[in-house]
Amino acid sequence: MISLEPHVWSNLMVVALVGVGLGVVRAIRRQRLWREAAGALWRRRRVAIVIVALYVGVGLLDSIAWKGGVPEGVTGVLPNAPLTLIDRAFLDTREASYSAPFADREFYGGRPLRHPGSHWLGTDILGRDVVYMALKGARVALLIGGLTSLIAIPLALLFGVGAGYFGGRFDDVVFFLISTLASMPGLLLLIALIMVMGRSTFSVCIALGVTSWVGFCRLSRAETLKLRELDYVAAARALGVSEPRIVFRHILPNLAHLVVITFVLMFSGLVLSEAVLSWLGIGVDGSWGQMIDGARNELSRDPIIWWNIFAAGTALFGLILSVNAVGDAVRDVLDPRTLREDR
Amino acid sequence: MAAYVVRRLLYGVGVVLGVLFLLFVLFFTVTEPDDIARKALGDKVPPAVIEQWKANHGYDRPLWPWQDWDDNLLFDHYRRMLTFDFGKSDADDSPILDRILDGIGPSLSLTVPLLLLSLLAAIPFSLLVAFFRETYIDRMGVFLCVLAMSVSMLLYIIGAQFLIGKVLRWYPISGFDPDPTMIWRFLALPLIVGVLGSIGGDVRFYRTVFLEESSRDFVRTARAKGASEARIMVRHVLRNAMIPILTQVVLSIPFLFTGSILLESFFGIPGLGSLTVDAIQGNDFSTLRTMVYIGSLLFIVGQIATDLSYGLVDPRVRFE
Repeated sequence: MISLEPHVWSNLMVVALVGVGLGVVRAIRRQRLWREAAGALWRRRRVAIVIVALYVGVGLLDSIAWKGGVPEGVTGVLPNAPLTLIDRAFLDTREASYSAPFADREFYGGRPLRHPGSHWLGTDILGRDVVYMALKGARVALLIGGLTSLIAIPLALLFGVGAGYFGGRFDDVVFFLISTLASMPGLLLLIALIMVMGRSTFSVCIALGVTSWVGFCRLSRAETLKLRELDYVAAARALGVSEPRIVFRHILPNLAHLVVITFVLMFSGLVLSEAVLSWLGIGVDGSWGQMIDGARNELSRDPIIWWNIFAAGTALFGLILSVNAVGDAVRDVLDPRTLREDR
Repeated sequence: MAAYVVRRLLYGVGVVLGVLFLLFVLFFTVTEPDDIARKALGDKVPPAVIEQWKANHGYDRPLWPWQDWDDNLLFDHYRRMLTFDFGKSDADDSPILDRILDGIGPSLSLTVPLLLLSLLAAIPFSLLVAFFRETYIDRMGVFLCVLAMSVSMLLYIIGAQFLIGKVLRWYPISGFDPDPTMIWRFLALPLIVGVLGSIGGDVRFYRTVFLEESSRDFVRTARAKGASEARIMVRHVLRNAMIPILTQVVLSIPFLFTGSILLESFFGIPGLGSLTVDAIQGNDFSTLRTMVYIGSLLFIVGQIATDLSYGLVDPRVRFE
C-alpha cells in the first residue's frame, strides 16, 4: 500500500464519498422503483433529511484538511499540523480560559476575555471552545456509523446469502457461528473485543461491526432461502445462467431494500453504543460521548456548568432523532410487509 | 420428542463450547498472557517478575494442545470454565466466583423490579396507541417513542441524577443499602431511568404485535358479532398477543442475572454490572472473560428452555 499521511487519506475519502453519492443519485434516478421511493421519502421526512444532510456536510467539511496557511499570531496550534476547514474556522477563538457562555470574564482570575463574546457556548475545562468540539463530533459519529456499517453489512451479506443460497455444510457452519455470536451478551462482547484489540477508532468500528452483523446475516439468509425457490431463479437456472451470476443479478438486487433499511436503522444504534463505550473509557477520541463523559462532573459545580453537556447532548440527540425518523420512513416506503401491516 | 430434546441439548453444548473457544482466541491469543501481565504490573518491570506473575496466575504454560498435550492453556481454560472453577482476578487476586455470587443479589434487586415496571408501563401505553391506530394519538405516541429512543442512556442517567437527585433532592444520587426498608430509596432513581430508557422501544414493539393481532380473522368475527372495541382489544388482541410478549420476557430473564452495566455503575449498586465495569477499568481480563462466559451460558440455557417449553405448550410445533 502507498503510505500517505492521514489527512491525505481523509481528503481522498471525501472525493470518493462525493463520487459514490453522485453515483447513487444517478442510479436512483434511473430506476422507477427507487425514484418513487426516494420521492415518497422526501415528501414524508423533509426536515429530518435536511438535518442529516447538515451533519454530513459538517462531517465532510471537517474531513478536508491541508497544512500551513496559519495566520501570524495564532497560538495553540502545532506548526505543520494539517488543519481541517472546521479547525480553520475556529482558529482565532482558541484561548486558555474556563469561561461561562457569553461571559465577559474568565472563570479563574477575573481578567477580561481576550475575545469577548467569541465563545458562543463557552469553553470546557481545558479552554477548548464547546461549539467547535460539538461540530468536530459530527465527523466522528458519521465515521463510527458509516465505517462500521461498511464492515458489518458486507460481512452479513457474504455469509447470509452464501448460507441461504448454497445451503448444506456451509449453512450449518454459518448458522453455528451466528448462534454462538448471538448468545454472547452484546455489550460485554463489544467491551472484550475492544480491550483485546486496543483502543483506536478502527478497532472500535471493527468491534461494533463484529457484534452487529449477526442480525442482518440472519435476515439476509432467510430472504435468500425464500428468493432461491422463486420461479424466475429456477428459470434463470434452467437457461443455464451461472451460479455467481444468479447470486449477483437475481438475488442481491432483491436484497437491496433490506440493505438500505438495515443501514439506516443500524446507524443510530451504533452511534449510541459508542457513547456508552466512551463513558467506559474505551470510546473514540473526540466523540460526543467523550464530551458528555468529560462534562459529567461539571454539573455539580457552583455555578453550574451546563453548556458542555448541553451542546454534546443536543448534537447527539439531533442526529439520532433525525436518522431514526428517516429510518422509520425508509422502512415504511421500502418494505411491503410493514405496508401491509398498516392496512 | 426425546430425540429432539437430546439434539437440542447437544446443540446447546456445542454452542457453549464455541463460545469458550471464541473467548480463548480473544483472551489468550489476541491478547497474550505477556500483555495481560504487563497491563497488571506496568511496562517497566523486569522479565523475571512477569514470569513470576504468570506462574502465579496459571498463565505460564503453552497455549495449544499440540505444543503440550497434558498441560496447555486451551484444555485448562475449558476444564476450569465448565467446572465453574474461575480462579482469581488478574487485578487484585480475589476469587472471582465469590465476587460473582456476592453480586447476583444486588443485580437482581434492580433488574427484576425494572422488568416488571417496564412491562407495567409499556403494555397499557401500547394498547392505548394500538387502540387509536391511524389517528393523531397513534402518530403522537409513535413520535414520542422515537423521541425517547433517540436520547442516549447517558443523558437520561445524568439528567435524572441532576434533576431528581441534586436539584429536587427526592432520592439519593447514588449508593446502595440492602436493608429492605432503605433499598427503595436507592433503587428509585435507577428504576425511573431504566423504565424511561426502554419504554420507547418496548411500546413500538408491543404496538406492532397488537396491530398484527388486530388484523386477524377472529377479531373481525368478534367485531361482526357486535363486541365493543375495548372488549376486542382486551379479550381478543391482548390475550393472543401475550404469546410473543411472554417469549420476549422469558428470553430476557437470563439477562436479569448479569445486571445492568450502565445503571449499576452510575448509581453505585454493587452488582455484576459494577463488577464488569471494575474489570474493564482495572484491566482485569480473567473477570471479564468469566462474565462474558456466564452471560452467554445463561442466555443459551434460557433459549433451550424456551424452545423446549414451546414444544410442550404449542401443539403446532413439530419436532423434526
